Amino acid sequence: MSEEKTYVEDVNRTIYDVIDDDKDSFKLEQGLTEDIILQLSEEKKDPEWMRDFRLKCLKLYNEMTFPQWGPGIEGLDMNRIYTYVRPNAKMANSWEEVPEDIKNTFERLGIPQAERTSLAGVGAQYDSELVYHNMQKEVEEQGVIYTDFESALKGEYADLVREKFMTLLTPNDHKYNALHGAVWSGGSFVYVPKGVKVSVPLQSYFRFNAKGAGQFEHTLIIVEEGADLHFIEGCSAPKYNVANLHTGAVELFVGKNARLRYSTIESWSKNMYNLNSKRSIVEEGGRMEWVSGSFGSHISYLYPSTILKGDNSTMEYTGIAFGSTGQDLDTGMKVIHIGKNTSSVVNTKSISKNGGCNTTRTSVQVMPQAKGAKSVVSCESLMLDSESRSDTIPVMDIRTDDADVGHEATIGSISDEAVFYMMSRGMSEEDARALIVSGFADNVSRELPMEYAAEMNNLIRLEMKGTIG
Amino acid sequence: MSKQILNIEKLCVSIGDKEILKGLDLQIGEGETHVIMGPNGAGKSTLGNTLMGKEEYEVTSGKIDFYGEDLLEMKTDERAKKGLFMTFQNPIEVPGVRLSEFVRSSCEALGNKMSLWNFKKAAAEQMKVLNMDTAYLDRELNVGFSGGEKKKAEIFQLLMLKPKLAILDETDSGLDVDAVRTVSEGVKAYQEQTHGALLIITHSTKILESLDVDKVHVIYNGKVVAEGDASLIDEINENGFEKYMKE
Repeated sequence: MSEEKTYVEDVNRTIYDVIDDDKDSFKLEQGLTEDIILQLSEEKKDPEWMRDFRLKCLKLYNEMTFPQWGPGIEGLDMNRIYTYVRPNAKMANSWEEVPEDIKNTFERLGIPQAERTSLAGVGAQYDSELVYHNMQKEVEEQGVIYTDFESALKGEYADLVREKFMTLLTPNDHKYNALHGAVWSGGSFVYVPKGVKVSVPLQSYFRFNAKGAGQFEHTLIIVEEGADLHFIEGCSAPKYNVANLHTGAVELFVGKNARLRYSTIESWSKNMYNLNSKRSIVEEGGRMEWVSGSFGSHISYLYPSTILKGDNSTMEYTGIAFGSTGQDLDTGMKVIHIGKNTSSVVNTKSISKNGGCNTTRTSVQVMPQAKGAKSVVSCESLMLDSESRSDTIPVMDIRTDDADVGHEATIGSISDEAVFYMMSRGMSEEDARALIVSGFADNVSRELPMEYAAEMNNLIRLEMKGTIG
Repeated sequence: MSKQILNIEKLCVSIGDKEILKGLDLQIGEGETHVIMGPNGAGKSTLGNTLMGKEEYEVTSGKIDFYGEDLLEMKTDERAKKGLFMTFQNPIEVPGVRLSEFVRSSCEALGNKMSLWNFKKAAAEQMKVLNMDTAYLDRELNVGFSGGEKKKAEIFQLLMLKPKLAILDETDSGLDVDAVRTVSEGVKAYQEQTHGALLIITHSTKILESLDVDKVHVIYNGKVVAEGDASLIDEINENGFEKYMKE
């Protein structure tokens, strides 16, 4: 058996890598100036407060320093990024009205199919704007609001949106929240009224097409008291040889005794800077569940955080990151316990291959008033070769003596014994390794609806392809 | 003798600097049941692992032909595709991979692609033979399995994959009487269903009681030191290996 491994630059991701011609789209100039922000605000017919907010954020962005602790982002030059690319399509609520090439892209990604079989509503964003948004009538009749963000700013819930917008993720948090505040466009707003349980998931899919562009969608979800929602976010982009930037923001408000599950499968091309922020705040007895699969991207900074504000509120995080050649993924999660008897369970997994680099940061903060808080953090890393790198950096800040906090980290590799066992049953070495890696990711795929679990397994197979010479 | 499918000539195998097999000869015909006996350390399991192509087992000389082809030129998965199979003494645990997923992928790799429905039907039938609950299909591969459960899962794979030659490596070791009987039923079912050949490596003989054995080979110090028909088993049961350990 040969030990030699073939160096692969990037995998052929077929469906994800198809590029549409963008000749018909409207772009603002590259770069980040007050003029460009004003033009963007004009284009989007922002309310006045939003225009002022954008300008304030731009000012903050220019004043703030770059993050000094994660992977290097020198390759990202904001002067070369198109912050706004509007597809040549009006938002439709029927796929027939979506232009052919864009519709075909989403067909390839399986979105209309999933909508017919397993979703209660779908939003599809293409570059900077949504091209499709639709929700089942029954769900609408329950009083659930699921719209594109621009409509939300002007619609029935405009005041609520204004009250909540970027209060959980504030522009002062860090430079990229400030950037998001200045140039955001697209995204979804979801409002689930008190006591309403949405039995089937809603999904927003964010598709990047334009070269050298940024995507800055904003997702705001409010789940009121006793309500229940599963929201799925999917993202992908084709491969270019220039830097693309994704700086989305996700703000989640989970009411008293409510439950929100937020599932993400990100499949970025390996030229993507994914500097994304997500935060959730949970009221008394509420529950937040995160399921996250991070594939692709050149650099990622991604740490969904949860504030367990109310007593007895709970959080569970299950996530996986796959880093290969040319990738430096800095991922993890953060939880802040404030309420009494709050609990958090965290399971992170990372897979590193062909010189890929994974850093898993977890942060657990227990405030003095969070008596009886419980937290269990487990981080597992799988290294597929010796040239890859994997670091686990746990931080625990416990300010009460009445808390139960545990952390466990393990690192492993694929055993030759397991590969031999599988090959003795007829599987090729490549298939054997892929199956073992899928097994490693099994606890994540089990948390996903079937179609998405299948997509994730497919992504793992794509990543594992061609690694053995 | 029926058509020869396996021909081992003057096989020498080393692990690191240590020579384990020292010129072993063995021939197996189609559908025949052979037994390899011998004291601990004689080289029994080395033979199995060498046939299956495990990396650290280095063949220094000799040859192995399987259906007229040079087995030593083939990777492990290619050997499996030619119809070779081995049950493992202590199969490895693979977290997150379901038994069903593993066996179905294996069947597919061997050219038997089944729909989930057909797979489950076939699996349920074979599990019945082994007194196994179909709930095992959803269990993670060998994770938390008892010794007996692991052995049953191995025989289950044998029944699903239907090889032409199956090597059973100490399949009966560490099993209680009932489990040995069940495993033995499974092996019999394999013979009846596929008429495949068997190479049973064992140092106890409980599993052999209900099987028709064509030939017995006694291995000591890396060589075959005695051969005979099934009566040799009784002889060894009575007198042990001592008389073969003179060299």
